[in-house]
Amino acid sequence: MADELTWKDMEVGNIVTEAGNGSFRKTGDWRTERPILDKEKCIKCALCWIYCPDAAIKPGEDGYYEADLYYCKGCGICVRICPVKAITKAEEEEK
Amino acid sequence: MSRRVALEASHAVAEAVRMADVDVTAAYPITPQTHIPERLAEMVADGELSAAYIPVESEHSAMSTCLGAAAVGARTFTATAGQGLELMHEVVYVASSMRYPVVMAVCNRALSAPLSVWGDHSDAMAVRDTGWIQVFCQNGQEAFDLTLWAFRVGEDPKVLFPVMVHLDGFTLSHVTEPVILPEQSEVDRFLPRFQYPFALNPDKPMTHGAFGPPEIYSETKLAQEVAFRNSKEVILQGWKEFGDIFGRYYHPVEEYKTENAETLLLTMGAFTETAKIVIDDRRDKGEAIGLISLRLWRPFPFEEFRRTVKGAQLLIVFDRCISFGLGGPVFSEIRSALYDEEPRPKVVGIIGGLGGRDMSEENFDYVINRGKEIAEKGSDRMLETVGIR
Amino acid sequence: METKAVKFGERLVTTKEFLAEGHSFCIGCGEALAIRLAMKALGENVIMAMATGCDEVTTTPLPYTSWRVPWMHTLFENTAAEISGVEAGLKILVKKGRMSERDIICVAMGGDGATSDIGIQALSGAFERGHDFIYICLDNEAYMNTGIQRSSATPYGASTTTAPAGKFSMGQVTRKKNMAAIAAAHDIPYVATACPSYRFDLMKKVRKGAELKGPAYVHILSPCPTGWRYSSDLAIEIGQLAVQTGIFPLYEIEYGRYRLNADPPKLKPIEEYLKLQGRYRHLTSEQIERIQEIVNEDYAKLKEKAAAFPM
Repeated sequence: MADELTWKDMEVGNIVTEAGNGSFRKTGDWRTERPILDKEKCIKCALCWIYCPDAAIKPGEDGYYEADLYYCKGCGICVRICPVKAITKAEEEEK
Repeated sequence: MSRRVALEASHAVAEAVRMADVDVTAAYPITPQTHIPERLAEMVADGELSAAYIPVESEHSAMSTCLGAAAVGARTFTATAGQGLELMHEVVYVASSMRYPVVMAVCNRALSAPLSVWGDHSDAMAVRDTGWIQVFCQNGQEAFDLTLWAFRVGEDPKVLFPVMVHLDGFTLSHVTEPVILPEQSEVDRFLPRFQYPFALNPDKPMTHGAFGPPEIYSETKLAQEVAFRNSKEVILQGWKEFGDIFGRYYHPVEEYKTENAETLLLTMGAFTETAKIVIDDRRDKGEAIGLISLRLWRPFPFEEFRRTVKGAQLLIVFDRCISFGLGGPVFSEIRSALYDEEPRPKVVGIIGGLGGRDMSEENFDYVINRGKEIAEKGSDRMLETVGIR
Repeated sequence: METKAVKFGERLVTTKEFLAEGHSFCIGCGEALAIRLAMKALGENVIMAMATGCDEVTTTPLPYTSWRVPWMHTLFENTAAEISGVEAGLKILVKKGRMSERDIICVAMGGDGATSDIGIQALSGAFERGHDFIYICLDNEAYMNTGIQRSSATPYGASTTTAPAGKFSMGQVTRKKNMAAIAAAHDIPYVATACPSYRFDLMKKVRKGAELKGPAYVHILSPCPTGWRYSSDLAIEIGQLAVQTGIFPLYEIEYGRYRLNADPPKLKPIEEYLKLQGRYRHLTSEQIERIQEIVNEDYAKLKEKAAAFPM
C-alpha cells in the first residue's frame, strides 16, 4: 500500500510504469445492492455489458453477461436498462 | 574549425539551440527575449534547424507544450522573461516534479507593477524554489556555452531535471559580443542524443502525473530533493566535459582576484563584468579586494561558495531584486549559507539595478565603500540601496 | 476461451477495457461510461493527455493507475497545449527518423470546467494551430470533482454550490456556453455532440474525430448522479431525455456544415427531464416555462443553422 513506501521507492517523476495496476481496488465493497441475473429471461443482448460504467459486467463462457462482484458498485443501471427485466436488485447482506 | 563571430547574446542562445538539434520549441513573444524565438523561427524557415516550431498563445501554454513534447522523448526548448515566467509559474514547478528535462532561457526582466520591460532579477528570484537547475550568464559566450551545457546536464539519465539559463534582459540579451562557435562535430561529441527512458508510447503504456495523496506526497518531494541535490555531480561533470572539448571550463562559483582578499563583492549575471573593472582598479591601487560571481544558482553551490569566502573579512552582496519585507533575496541566502561557518566574513547587502537601472563603475565603487562603512558602523537604514533617489 | 468482442447486430465492440476496473468514479457515473465507450472507439494506439478533474483523480492515485494506455496529466487548464506538444513531438521525431512512422491518436480529455472556462485559451490555440488531435469534453455541467460548483457549462436554472438556489436566487442565471459553436467557429474539420446513452453514435463520432486529420472536438454530455442529484441507476434514461427534450441535441459540424443526428418531430416537454434531477427541484412553474422557452429558442437556432449550412 502507498503508506508503506519510502522516498527511495519513488519512481523518477512519480511515473507509474505498470499499466492498470490500480485494478486490484475492490470497488465491490461500495455496494449496498447487488444485481441478480435470471438466465431464463436473459436474451444475451449485452446492453448491460456495454452500459456498465465500471466494466464490471463480463461476458461469460456460457454467453451470458454477469456482474463481477469484486468490482460491481451496485448502481443499478443494468437493472434499469435490461429490456426484458432479467436483472433484479437484492440487498447486500450485512457482513 | 571553430569560428569567432559577432553575435547578439539572444542569437547566441538560438545558435546553441540550433547546434543542439532541438526537436520542439514553443514560442511566445515577450520583451526582452523575443529575439530568441524570432531567430529560431528564421532558422526553421530556412531549414537550418529541423524542429517543430509551436507558436503558442501564452507562456503558460509554452511550458505546457514543452511538457507534452518532452513526455514523448523530444528535446525541447523555450524562452521567456518577466511576466511570461510568472504566467507559467505553476507549470515551471510541474516540469521539475515530473522530471522533464526542458531547457529554458530567461532574459531576466523586472516584474510588474508598474510594467517594466527592462532588466533585473525579480523574475529569477520568483522561481528559486521550483526545482530547476539554474545558472546565470555574464556574457555572450556564456549564453551560448551554458545553453548547450544545459541540454547535456538536464537530459542525463542520472539527472532528468529542467534547466534555466538566465541572461540579464537588455544588458546582456541585446548586446552583441564576440562569441566562439564550435564545430558541429564537437557539439555532437559533447551532446548525446536525448533518450528519455519513460517516453509515452503505446508499446509500453505508462502513466505520467498521477496525483499524490497525503500518504505519499511527502515521499515524492523528498525523493525529488535528493535527486536534485545529487544532480550536482553531473553538473560538474558536464562542465568538465565541456572544458575538455571546447576549452572553456566553468565552475559553480567564479573567483576573480580573490587571493588574499579581505573584502569580497558578490554579483550575479551581466553586471559582474562591470564590477570586475572596479575590482581591477582597486587592486591596482593596492586594495585587497576580489569578486565572486555565482554562476550556479540552483542547486545552491554551498561547498564551493563557502570555500571561496574563507579568509575574507567582509562580503558585500549585490542584489538586483527586492524581496518585499525581507530585503535582498541573494543576500538572505548568502547569510544563511554562511551561518554555521567558523570563521565567516561579515555579510552586508545592497540592492540596485532594478527595472533596467544601470550599474556603472561609480555605482559599484559606492557599493564597496558603503559596504565597508556598514561593516564598521552598522546601518540605520531600512534598506541599503545604490542608485535609487 | 475469452470473448474478444461483443456483437451488436453488424457492429463489433471490443471487450478490451483500456480503463481498468476498480476506478473510483461515483456509483452510476455517466462520465465513467462515456470514457469507457470513447476508449473502446479509440483503441490502444493513443497517447492521452487529461485535465485535472473527476476523470483524473478517480483513476490515478499514486502509486496506482487505472490506465492501460499511455497517459499524462499535468495541470487543469493546459491539456490542449500539452497534447499540442505531444502531437508536435511525435511528428518531428518521425520526420527526423528517431521514431518509425505509426498511427498514434493524440487524445485530450477534460471536463466542462477545464474546457469551457479555465482551459478555453489553450483549446482555442490548439485549434488555431491545427494540430492533429481529438479533444473530448466530458460535460457533467459543473466543477463536480471539487464539489458541484458552477461552470459556464452549467445550464440555466440548475443549482450548484456557487450559484445555489436560495431565497433570492434561482441558481444559474446565465445560459450554457455553446462550446460546440465555439469549436466550430475555429473552422476545424470536425465537431460533434454525443451522449453515452447513444452508445454507437458516441463511438462512431469519437472514431471519426480521431481518424480525421486536424483538430476534432467531441462534446459528451456526462450525467452525474452526485451533482445532478438523481438515483444512481438513471444515467441512461436521463441522457436519453436530454436528447429527446432537445436540451442536448445530437449533431455534427464538419467545416461549418451541419448534420442533425436526431430530429424528433416533437420534442418531449423539458419538465420530464428536469423533474428527475434534484438540481432543478427548486424551480417554479414559471421558471420551468422559461427553461422551455430557452430550449425551444436554442433548438430553433440549431435547426436554422443546419438548414442554412447543411452537410
